[in-house]
Amino acid sequence: MKKYPSRVIGSESRRRLLAGVAGISTLAALGPGRALAAPLGGSGALGLAEIPDGTLAEQLMFALPGKVPLIKKSFRPPNFETPLQYFRTPITPNDAFFVRWHLAGIPELKPKDYALTVSGESVDHEIKFTLEQLKSDFKAVEITAVCQCSGNRRGLFQPHVAGVEWGVGAMGNAVWRGMRLRDLLAKAGLKGNALEVVLNGAEVPAIDKTPDFVKSLPLDVALDENTIVAYEMNGKSLPHWNGGPARLIVPGWTGTYWTKQFVSAKVVSKPEKNFWMSTAYRVPRDKYKMRHFSSQLYAPNEPITTMVVNALVTSIQSGQKIARGKPIPVKGIAWDGGAGIDRVEVSTDYGASWHKAKLGKDLGRFSFREFALELPTRENGALLVMARATSKSGETQTEQLLFNPAGYHHNVIQRIYVEVV
Amino acid sequence: MKTMAMRAVLAALLFAAAVGAVAQEDKIVLKDGPGKDKAMQCIACHSMDYIPMNSRFLNKAGWTAEVNKMIKVFGAPIPESDVAAIVAYLTQNYGAEPAK
Repeated sequence: MKKYPSRVIGSESRRRLLAGVAGISTLAALGPGRALAAPLGGSGALGLAEIPDGTLAEQLMFALPGKVPLIKKSFRPPNFETPLQYFRTPITPNDAFFVRWHLAGIPELKPKDYALTVSGESVDHEIKFTLEQLKSDFKAVEITAVCQCSGNRRGLFQPHVAGVEWGVGAMGNAVWRGMRLRDLLAKAGLKGNALEVVLNGAEVPAIDKTPDFVKSLPLDVALDENTIVAYEMNGKSLPHWNGGPARLIVPGWTGTYWTKQFVSAKVVSKPEKNFWMSTAYRVPRDKYKMRHFSSQLYAPNEPITTMVVNALVTSIQSGQKIARGKPIPVKGIAWDGGAGIDRVEVSTDYGASWHKAKLGKDLGRFSFREFALELPTRENGALLVMARATSKSGETQTEQLLFNPAGYHHNVIQRIYVEVV
Repeated sequence: MKTMAMRAVLAALLFAAAVGAVAQEDKIVLKDGPGKDKAMQCIACHSMDYIPMNSRFLNKAGWTAEVNKMIKVFGAPIPESDVAAIVAYLTQNYGAEPAK
């Protein structure tokens, strides 16, 4: 790993670190630190202690069939988060990949019962394909891409906002294999007035009055060569909990568009305005660096689209004690909405200076990119480690939370407090 | 797309598939207090862990907004006359701590 000179926080810095923290007078109080985290930008500290008390008390480790124990947020609909340790490799294992469903009615779809229909006013004719046909009648393609819930890190929002109180693990990176959505749309014959492709999965609400989970994509994204209907994940059949037999993969876009158990693509000439498009999954207009969804700009807010640049340190955690003299390995992963990662930098002086980490193998612009840097530990005391990713389009992480009421797009620079002893 | 017959089949399949998780769901225990019986109606659509998960940071206005969203947007089959009791229960047992 690359090395660079760093310094342990000196007495002056230590006073700054502790300033304003009532009741804390010694470094021994450096726990998995809620109190310490708060005065230094709160939501940037990714320790579990940032998550609401009630969430911490209620969540537990639970293994769904075919999964390793994951962090249970809710049983029904099932929402399960991937623990930090599984992000120490760039590809997230299938059995540890996070699980997120909106509606409680999730059918156990057998491959032989699965079919995908393309219909709508903007195609020449309705067509329907079985899973076997998707595999045999179309060219198979593979892409490595991050699937991240729009609300990943919602639990770290300050002030807290209602919803599934995710920590850092409502995401994963996998090699997806399937066929291009555009090849399928071409078979149905696209009309000139096609505007959006409306996506529906087989999941249904518990009661009829609940709006079905329906999303839509701009036509150009549906036709992108990277948008695929995947039936394999990391070389295995797509797991049930992750949307098997087949789901949509929209690299760069947040998970809300990655329709699980993808059974219907409807090509339409007017904007899809159901609840999940017109009300949910929206953020304040022009607040975030992401592409616009031009046919969905009819309200003061706009749909969340592409992911913002982000990084996660996986080798150290807040509150950890590290023996003096041993280097601190700062390792982790970085990702963005598809520009690719240009650099990840680490700071130990509150961001006054930044030092480039070494990037790992490039698995493609939609993938997690590993980074690593070693920090020397020369004197005892508290050390604040910050890690910041910058994309190839020049986008970087935010220092303070850019708030939105639904708790999306949290990409505050991570701050980790360790104690050198 | 989704006919009533298909829904019925799906519901049956769902229950079989999720039986392990459903058994675990039964272990969720909400705090006792006035209005808990009314609040338990929420179980028709989702597991009760959604309530403690979203605590303690919503005040009375926040819980009112959540309950109304569940009824008006998601169609929760909860009578309007129960809203006040449910909000009071949630605020009392899962509401934001008073400012210190």
